[in-house]
Amino acid sequence: MEIFLQLIYSGIALGMIYGVIAFGYQLTFATSGTLNFGQGDSLMLGALVGLSLVGNIHGGPYMNYWLMIPIVVVFGAMQGAFVEWIGVRPAIKIKSEFGWIMSTIALAIIFKNVAENIWGKDDLKFPSPLSEAPIKLFGANILPMEIVVVVGALAMMAAVELFNRKSIYGKAVVATSNDRDAASLMGINTSAVITFSYALSSVTAAVAGVLVAPLTLTGATMGAVLGLKAFAVAIIGGLNSGMGIIVGGLILGIAETTTGFYLSTGYKDVPGLVLLLLVLAVKPAGLFGKSAIKKV
Amino acid sequence: MKIVRHIALSAITLAVATLSFAADSIKIGLQGPLTGGSSPMGVSMRDGAKLAVTEINAKGGIMGRKIEMIERDDEAKNERGVQIAQELINKEKVVATVGYINSGVALASQRFYQEAKIPVMNNVATATTITKQFADQPENYVFRNSANDTIQSAMIVEELIARRKYTKVAILADATNYGQLGREDLEKALKAKGITAVAIEKYNIKDVDMTPQLLKAKEAGAEVVITYGIGPELAQIANGMIKLGWKVPMMGSWTLSMGNFIDNAGKNADGAIMPQTFIQEANTPKRASFITAYQKAYKVDRIPSPVSAAQGYDSIYLLAAAMTQAKSTEGPKILAALENLQAPVEGVVTTYNKPFSKTDHEAITQNMTVIGKVQDGRVLYAYDEDKKKGGEVRTKAAKK
Repeated sequence: MEIFLQLIYSGIALGMIYGVIAFGYQLTFATSGTLNFGQGDSLMLGALVGLSLVGNIHGGPYMNYWLMIPIVVVFGAMQGAFVEWIGVRPAIKIKSEFGWIMSTIALAIIFKNVAENIWGKDDLKFPSPLSEAPIKLFGANILPMEIVVVVGALAMMAAVELFNRKSIYGKAVVATSNDRDAASLMGINTSAVITFSYALSSVTAAVAGVLVAPLTLTGATMGAVLGLKAFAVAIIGGLNSGMGIIVGGLILGIAETTTGFYLSTGYKDVPGLVLLLLVLAVKPAGLFGKSAIKKV
Repeated sequence: MKIVRHIALSAITLAVATLSFAADSIKIGLQGPLTGGSSPMGVSMRDGAKLAVTEINAKGGIMGRKIEMIERDDEAKNERGVQIAQELINKEKVVATVGYINSGVALASQRFYQEAKIPVMNNVATATTITKQFADQPENYVFRNSANDTIQSAMIVEELIARRKYTKVAILADATNYGQLGREDLEKALKAKGITAVAIEKYNIKDVDMTPQLLKAKEAGAEVVITYGIGPELAQIANGMIKLGWKVPMMGSWTLSMGNFIDNAGKNADGAIMPQTFIQEANTPKRASFITAYQKAYKVDRIPSPVSAAQGYDSIYLLAAAMTQAKSTEGPKILAALENLQAPVEGVVTTYNKPFSKTDHEAITQNMTVIGKVQDGRVLYAYDEDKKKGGEVRTKAAKK
């Protein structure tokens, strides 16, 4: 039982990491019907910028961990807006169906190369703001930082939801997601809303980056695997459901740790991907997604 | 007009000068991962080899010709290794190559050297099969001056089973050729002592969570964890053990001495033990001068991977000795000289006395290795008697 609990804890922590990145996919998909395939690299850039500020690689540390987060938020927003401006807006303008896929992937590769030149290609250690000694919770161990990741991810998603429901700007975002053309006729500047959603999605990725970096290692290649797994989560849970993202993340995370233990560590990535295929076959919009009817 | 002729003339002179220099220098290729998770080994190996090249050139080179090292980054990728091997052979026309950190890359690409009759000195890669790949051919161009996996797994088993009397061991190996071939050797060595590992687990490069693997080892009652992998993931294992509150000794292949394991695991790395051919300790004059030269040339205190640096350095001297003896840079002649080196070669790891023969292409034997231990961010001798005797140069046991 203790073992099972331990696996569940690790699975939840892992799943929330995937979930929070998947949340970023969802944000831009809702407003513009496009995705930033460089979401994993936005996370990587956030983590590395954070590392420059709190670590000693660029002559620091300049500040403590918690003060660094707002700066990373600003950086993430700029990075997201940049991606939208360079990669996505031209595609939307000419109503290209696929242009943004290649351009966001291209930008992701460029970001990775830039990061390799600034921070090197090696994995670096991110100093942990909290004690690295585990806490015992109901008989199984958990790291303080893992709790921060779970709480932070949930809080971030809740904040965005609250913003969308309560504030006037949030309502503009929701309106754009529901019907971009109608929203535009109502006087909403939909192109600004789309830029904003990209900025927001990169902010969540960048913050996720500095949250997970003390648990994983930090380096230019950290984003690729995480970004891909998060994409699987977004598909499993549904690209237009906040609830789906959380559940999808938990399913994938727990599936990985438990199959690793009960089946074989050689097959640990398989069940999650089998699930992905199943979902695509049975319910293509995702477990919690609403299937959209495309009028032709 | 006169000026034009002048310029043309000097351009030609310059071109001839460069040409004659190129023809004069002896090109030695070097390939290894200079970036990525294995880079502490690759970079240290290159820097060690460079030191040797600089020293040899300062003393006038080989047969009066300077050595020119052509270095390439294989990124620890098999396909890159293959491309580089072809480039070094066909375009750069190297006379020999040193390098290979990753066993998979070595196994995938050294056949090009074999076909081109150009000797390869594996100075870090450890898979047992590397020197045996072409052993059935009349001429085998693959040599090695690192401790292979058979030696390492024998040492690990000797240390854990015979010396420390453990009976329950768990093996955690990565999914690469390196990890899996090492695991096979380990299982064989354990079997010879009548022991089967209680848990044998696998993980992927870049895995961030080792909980399932470690829990399985813990549940199986392992008293010690044996690792076969590279730095970053080894650090995840050490950190994962602390997270689970499960502290058993960690022993593994020599990669536990890598800088990126020690840095990323921090104090969790303390106490990890591994076989080593060289420990950064100035206990012979040769080692002292090597360490000082390395620190001075690259402005570091701790060599990122001392074993790789020492073996990289020695590999160049072994090749240089062979070329000097052969009085030639032709592959078959270098091969013949390597298999029958007359003068002993003084290296950092040991003094190589007839290191190779027709049938034996391994310069390192088990008696040259010691057990190292991580302590406060450095690799030290695990045992005082090894440290005291560290100054003794252990040479190859007499051939059977």
